[in-house]
Amino acid sequence: MAQYEAVIGLEVHVELKTNTKIFCNSSTEFGADPNHHVCPVCLGLPGVLPVINKKVVEYAIKAGLALNCKIAPFSKFDRKNYYYPDLPKNYQISQYDLPIAEHGQLEINLDGETKRIGITRVHMEEDAGKLVHQGTISTTPYSLVDYNRTGVPLIEIVSEPDMRSPEEAVAYLEKLKAIIQYTEVSDCKMQEGSLRCDANISVRPVGQVEFGTKTELKNMNSFKALHKAITYEIERQIDVLDEGGQVVQETRTWDEDKGVTLPLRSKEEAHDYRYFPDPDLVPLVISEAWVDEIRASLPELPDERKARFVNEYGLPEYDALVLTSTRELADYFEQCVELFNNPKTVSNWVMGDLARMMNATGREIGAVRIKPAQLAEMLKLLDKGTISGKIAKTVFEEMFNTGKDPGVIVEEKGLVQISDEGKIEKIVSDVIAANPKSVEDYRGGKKQAIGFLVGQVMKATKGKANPGLVNKLLKEKLDS
Amino acid sequence: MLSPKEVEHVALLARLKLTDEEKETYRRQLSDILDNFRKLQDLDTENIPPTAHVLPLQNVFREDRVGGHMAVEKVLANAPQRQDNFFKVPKIV
Ligand SMILES: [Zn+2]
Repeated sequence: MAQYEAVIGLEVHVELKTNTKIFCNSSTEFGADPNHHVCPVCLGLPGVLPVINKKVVEYAIKAGLALNCKIAPFSKFDRKNYYYPDLPKNYQISQYDLPIAEHGQLEINLDGETKRIGITRVHMEEDAGKLVHQGTISTTPYSLVDYNRTGVPLIEIVSEPDMRSPEEAVAYLEKLKAIIQYTEVSDCKMQEGSLRCDANISVRPVGQVEFGTKTELKNMNSFKALHKAITYEIERQIDVLDEGGQVVQETRTWDEDKGVTLPLRSKEEAHDYRYFPDPDLVPLVISEAWVDEIRASLPELPDERKARFVNEYGLPEYDALVLTSTRELADYFEQCVELFNNPKTVSNWVMGDLARMMNATGREIGAVRIKPAQLAEMLKLLDKGTISGKIAKTVFEEMFNTGKDPGVIVEEKGLVQISDEGKIEKIVSDVIAANPKSVEDYRGGKKQAIGFLVGQVMKATKGKANPGLVNKLLKEKLDS
Repeated sequence: MLSPKEVEHVALLARLKLTDEEKETYRRQLSDILDNFRKLQDLDTENIPPTAHVLPLQNVFREDRVGGHMAVEKVLANAPQRQDNFFKVPKIV
């Protein structure tokens, strides 16, 4: 049987975080009552004139620059014609042959390897409305249409078919999301739909230069779904070819419940969009001065920030990569380091306990109740020996769940570390007296037996004894 | 001359239901229009920059400030069917 390789390209739609829509002054606010954030322009009523929102162009240029694109000196809008009830004008204003940005790239890091993924283009367009179905979509005979989202500004970012595995596709989307979030032109929330991803997938025998027939995959609402859907689709196409069949060029949808891709409506005629320049909108001439101004406003992007974390804080590459994966996480880390100047310790806590608790509760960094200053405060308590490492974990969990200050928790729960030599010495003596077998082992040369005795002292003090002192006192007594 | 199939394709895209007679009429008319436009191809446009717009305008921008919205009753005034504050349409999937 032939060996195949997959060829994957992604089309990503990102909602821009402007106050108003792309061609009218209706609000883009999420969650308004149905059909309340609309006006004659976004409803496509006759005789209206759309006018481009300057902020949209600025944000599109900013995103283009962050993705290493060339910004077009001349750009225009076109009409993409198709009928669908979420599109009141029966055409979508988009950009066809002269997009705002082209020829970009970004780098993904996978298993220690860096790979460059080309970005074909970035173009501006308007979002469509939302179809709501009551009951299940298969039983209801109607769709309800809410046009609030109609005209919300989008940029579509089209990649080159440079990815060869589901893992690379996920890494690309993660990096793209991080970069766009750093520029602050979008929230990029996949669950809320401000980041949407379609995938073009084909397979070909290894060594073949020509691409195979591709399918377009839609409806992946999470990174996990993207990975599963691409994995499934690659296997499906290989099965078709191995059985002597041919892949049909079509749009398929990911069915999350069934875990399969299914053909969407057959659109053999509908793909004829008959683009033409929109006569309502005049062309954009983008000056170099404007592009330079926007370039100067770009923040430090993930790759640069990662390099700085390695240089400035002496962090391992891996730590730097994880910490800079979102702007919020990187900010959190830096605010903490500013107050507790031990970057590796901060990194260990953020990537360890904090990440673990975030995963367990499904909470994002923005929703974490421990403020960076509070984490720094706890690390100071640990550093000073006020609390032990073991107690620190308890305090941390309590902070995560309640948002209380570490000092308050330590006091309330009586978690202050016991560093009183007299007190510990008494307990050490008791433990030695109660465990003659371990003492004998230790004195007989099995030095590791001390571990058990330390454990007994810690148990007796509910983990509050200063472990350094316990070790010291135990050794003194045992060796004497 | 356009083929009957091409006319049917264009009619489908425009959601028009045509009788056979209409199809024949439009086939002739559309072909005439295309023939006329084809004449433009004979012109020498070697040194003419492509035209994106007929008006000598560029960079007409709007500031990102929220304005008034339409009252929802007005929005739905022409809806053939409504449910609550939604437009109600036949399901298309
Ligand atoms: Zn509007």
